[in-house]
Amino acid sequence: MVVFEKPKALTDTVLHYCPGCTHGIIHRLVAEVMDELGIEGKTVGVAPVGCSVLAYNYFACDMVEAAHGRAPAVATGIKRSLPENVVFTYQGDGDLASIGMCETVHAAARGENITVIFINNAIYGMTGGQMAPTSLIGQVTQTSPYGRSAETQGYPIRVCEMLATLDGPAYLERVTVNNVKNVRNAKKAIKKAFQNQLDGKGFSLVEVLSSCPTNWGMTPQKALEWIDEKMIPQYPLGVYKDKEV
Amino acid sequence: MEKVLMKGNEAIAEAAILAGCRHYFGYPITPQTEVAAYMAKRMPKIDGVFLQAESEIAAINMVYGVAATGKRCMTSSSSPGIALKCEGISYLAGADLPALIVNVQRGGPGLGGIQPSQSDYFLATRGPGHGDFHVIVLAPAAVQEMADLTYKGFDLAEKYRMPVMLLADGTMGQMMEPVSLPEPQEIKEAPEWATVGTKCQRKHNIANSLYLSPAELEQLNFQRFERYAEIEKNECLWEEYLMDDAEYCVVSCGITARVAKNAIAEARAKGIKVGLIRPITLWPFPKAPLAAAADKVKSFLTVELSMGQMREDVLLATECKKPVFACNRVGGMIPAPEEVLAAIEKMTK
Repeated sequence: MVVFEKPKALTDTVLHYCPGCTHGIIHRLVAEVMDELGIEGKTVGVAPVGCSVLAYNYFACDMVEAAHGRAPAVATGIKRSLPENVVFTYQGDGDLASIGMCETVHAAARGENITVIFINNAIYGMTGGQMAPTSLIGQVTQTSPYGRSAETQGYPIRVCEMLATLDGPAYLERVTVNNVKNVRNAKKAIKKAFQNQLDGKGFSLVEVLSSCPTNWGMTPQKALEWIDEKMIPQYPLGVYKDKEV
Repeated sequence: MEKVLMKGNEAIAEAAILAGCRHYFGYPITPQTEVAAYMAKRMPKIDGVFLQAESEIAAINMVYGVAATGKRCMTSSSSPGIALKCEGISYLAGADLPALIVNVQRGGPGLGGIQPSQSDYFLATRGPGHGDFHVIVLAPAAVQEMADLTYKGFDLAEKYRMPVMLLADGTMGQMMEPVSLPEPQEIKEAPEWATVGTKCQRKHNIANSLYLSPAELEQLNFQRFERYAEIEKNECLWEEYLMDDAEYCVVSCGITARVAKNAIAEARAKGIKVGLIRPITLWPFPKAPLAAAADKVKSFLTVELSMGQMREDVLLATECKKPVFACNRVGGMIPAPEEVLAAIEKMTK
């Protein structure tokens, strides 16, 4: 008999995420991977600043709350202190690709043996929907009310492609969770990113294209479609680096 | 232990290792680079970690990560770099994590210069970062104290679960003196609050400074300040020099206290009864000896490599009972003993 259960690596705390937000799915995938690999007891997670700031209440493993953008540096400290443990960061696009880009790039360049779960929803959710480094050209946000203009606000950053130019990273993949098939693929990627760390392969990052119905001003269903229609053309899914290959 | 001739910055590094620190993170900046260079050589030989971070900000956050795992760790920098670390120091304070931060001060503001200064006194003693907090601030005045206060700094950080700043001036970092090094300490087991993995045998530990409930956050601030009151009661350090019969009192720390001692010897030879109070902890500031001196001496003179930042603490400690004169040099300039002597003579008139 197959019983559908909550992963053990998630606590009983009620998630605070908006209806239709895909953070919940991704939290679950990370927790399922911890369960399947049997690593909850030796994992230390690093929570970011942003919508997932309270992730430290949701994952049952030990957790450290980092300052905005500093999670890869904090994770570096933890991993250098506890090389036998598993260390992961869970970061949004503002945290990882804007204020924390320096820490992200250098942790990747060092090939730091950590796992990074990068949630790209093209917007700052926690603060109420401002333009992110990954917001699309033309995307309307609180701070790009006339749509993101390349001329004055620059271009969205493709993190996986950029990090793939470095020698340090072991594994970079972009996935999404907007349908069942994609959720399954996302889980495979997340599991691999953790397994890589156990195998000592080095820096592994999974970028997950995620939805923000609240700040995109869409229904949850429409938001999932928007990922297909708008985000994937800008951020193609796929493996950008895999040292095994 | 026999004495060895060491540079101040190297004495910091070796004393840290002897105190059980095995994790150092830093970013190059003059005049403290020898700390990193020493660690880069030594750490790999003792199963320690030396990592040159991509920035001061990354370095302090790496320290935050190690501190969360309950191990002794440190970073070092100089004034402009310390400004960058302030964010991380505030998070360390907010999460009640111990760490040692070394600041070998240089002149400012801005890029300033690379010569000695004490102008980060406010930054260090008023809480280096946003929010209500303190760090314990230790001010060495000899290479021996660079070693001793580094060593003690780790103990204090751990005892009170808070960041400690060794606030040296550039002179202390660069000068060489004989040092008697402390005994090596055993590396301890991780404390129960450390985030080292639950082993699925306990509820998860969280290193965190976010409290969205105002009532809860207020209580945590209250509790922290109760701890600070204990520290103010128990941990003040200072040196008194020729204060028994003193009619005048010089107050100075670090390199200027040494210059002042020379000036005081010359003033004594001229029959001026002057002594010195040298604060060693700048936070907590040793108010008691200054309050006692205020009832005894005619006036005070602060000698500083700042525009009079410590003078404000002297005014507070003495409740403005007596005049507090100032002898200030800044920008990397250091007063000569004659200059301090002239200031002493002036305050007697």
